[in-house]
Amino acid sequence: MKIYVCIKQVPDTETKLRLKPDNSGIDDSAIKWIMNPYDEYAVEEALKIKTEIPAAVVTIVSVGPKKRVVDAIRTGLAMGADEGIVVDAPEHLDSYLTAKALAAAIKGDGAPDLVLTGKLAIDDNNAYVSQGVAEFLGVPHATVISKMSREDGRITVEREVEGGSREIIQLNGPCLIAANKGLNTPRYASLPGIMKAKKKPLKELDLAGLGINPAETRVAYKELQLPAEKPPTKMISGDVGQQSSELVRLLREDAKVL
Amino acid sequence: MSNVIVFCEHQNGNLKKGALELLSAARGSGLPVSALVIGPGANELAKQAFQFGATKAFTCESKDFAAYNSELYASVVERAIKNSGASILLASSSMLARDLFPRLAARVGGGLVSDCTELAFAGGAPRVRKPLYSGKCTAGVEFKGSGLKIILMRPNQLPVANPDSGKTGEIVPLDVAPMDLKTLVKEVVRGASEKLDLTEANIIVSGGRGLKEKENFKLLEELADVLGATVGASRAVVDSGWVPHGMQVGQTGKTVAPTLYIAVGISGAIQHLAGMTGSKVIVAINKDPEAPIFQKATYGIVGDLFEVVPVLTKEFRKVLQ
Repeated sequence: MKIYVCIKQVPDTETKLRLKPDNSGIDDSAIKWIMNPYDEYAVEEALKIKTEIPAAVVTIVSVGPKKRVVDAIRTGLAMGADEGIVVDAPEHLDSYLTAKALAAAIKGDGAPDLVLTGKLAIDDNNAYVSQGVAEFLGVPHATVISKMSREDGRITVEREVEGGSREIIQLNGPCLIAANKGLNTPRYASLPGIMKAKKKPLKELDLAGLGINPAETRVAYKELQLPAEKPPTKMISGDVGQQSSELVRLLREDAKVL
Repeated sequence: MSNVIVFCEHQNGNLKKGALELLSAARGSGLPVSALVIGPGANELAKQAFQFGATKAFTCESKDFAAYNSELYASVVERAIKNSGASILLASSSMLARDLFPRLAARVGGGLVSDCTELAFAGGAPRVRKPLYSGKCTAGVEFKGSGLKIILMRPNQLPVANPDSGKTGEIVPLDVAPMDLKTLVKEVVRGASEKLDLTEANIIVSGGRGLKEKENFKLLEELADVLGATVGASRAVVDSGWVPHGMQVGQTGKTVAPTLYIAVGISGAIQHLAGMTGSKVIVAINKDPEAPIFQKATYGIVGDLFEVVPVLTKEFRKVLQ
């Protein structure tokens, strides 16, 4: 069984962001990079299957600047994945080309029985790449998955939708599953795991080798802006009765939202 | 010639507010506007789209489309896109649309941006902005090439124009080719709540660890009932198992942008702020004057929520009834 897990490296949420002087992007010199939190659920789910099927091979795939992205792949290998594939690509490759590159890297490596991803990356919150990879691989997908089980080559998943409703979906044959929080509890990399990860195979590819032209990008971000200065918070004083009636008055007459 | 197609979601026999916002914005573009309505009742719902400026509606009435199936929906939407010759597709950044349209963007080689917060048209071209890095900054979106531009907008970001009840349009039914489906929707388990989802709600009352125990969420439900609001929660209380994950606001939960967000007993960890700073007006109620939530709030009340919330509920009831 071949399982591929697509991951992305993103700035840590706690990182303070600064923009480049020309506002074309963020200043990435002082950023702490982490594995996208949703991708950790995807890695964990693959490793859970590997526990049940020891012959399963779990391969971590990522697209991005090789120098830093390799760290995220090593994290996945330290958690227990078998192999890594890194596709060297410029910073901020768009979702369309990223999906193309991931699918091409997987196709060139083997025939996937299962592809796992996080439901979205917390940097641009676009939620495009998972379904794009599925489309380019020609397999069905299910996203925002918080429960998953396997039986006879069929996968049954539970997808959270609006209003607390859930869809129970069955997928036949190879497919792509995009993980939500709640699917599992990701393990931490152990020290022996970290040592072993250094010796695990890591395949290095580039966009040209996969036949992908960065000029075919569909979407670019520009004119980045930090949020406007917020007016100071209006603190409401007095006893509980005064605070309440003043708040209601402000919401109606000042903010006009009621 | 450039034209816009608006994917209109619906519920209980009405187009959702998000769809009306997008139809209104599309009408302002000066480009021809068509609507895409899928599911039983589509032809009737198309009439609502005409009142908001669509002159044509692609519909699919089949009962196979009563529940969302990604493969079926993708095939019929692909047909609508080809048939309409649209250069721009607008949809709400909903659970359904966020699952479906990336797949279609890949299929037709188009560009897609989701979770957008600003949309305007200049000379027929869409000008779009969206938050990046958990709302720490926003970015303008530049579409390259001549392919389809797919824009998924957060609800509650755009005004709804007045309907014109005299307007009608042309209905174009789409037929469904039989397909060998690999994806089967076995069951849809309805949530207990009949209220608007957090992502669509106009008012949200959210609770955090300050509520002390699960049962105390009742206080917030009472307040929410008076306001017609949806109840949300912080990550801490979801992780404690007090409320389901579907109620979580913030990173690893939902990103919300209501007109009014009332945070009760929530300290305001950066992961929570990431999901709600797009709210128009933020009220914070917390006993700790140093809580970070006060930095982001429009109005702040330092006090014991167990005293403040019941009085506040009474006060709202008095003025709203």
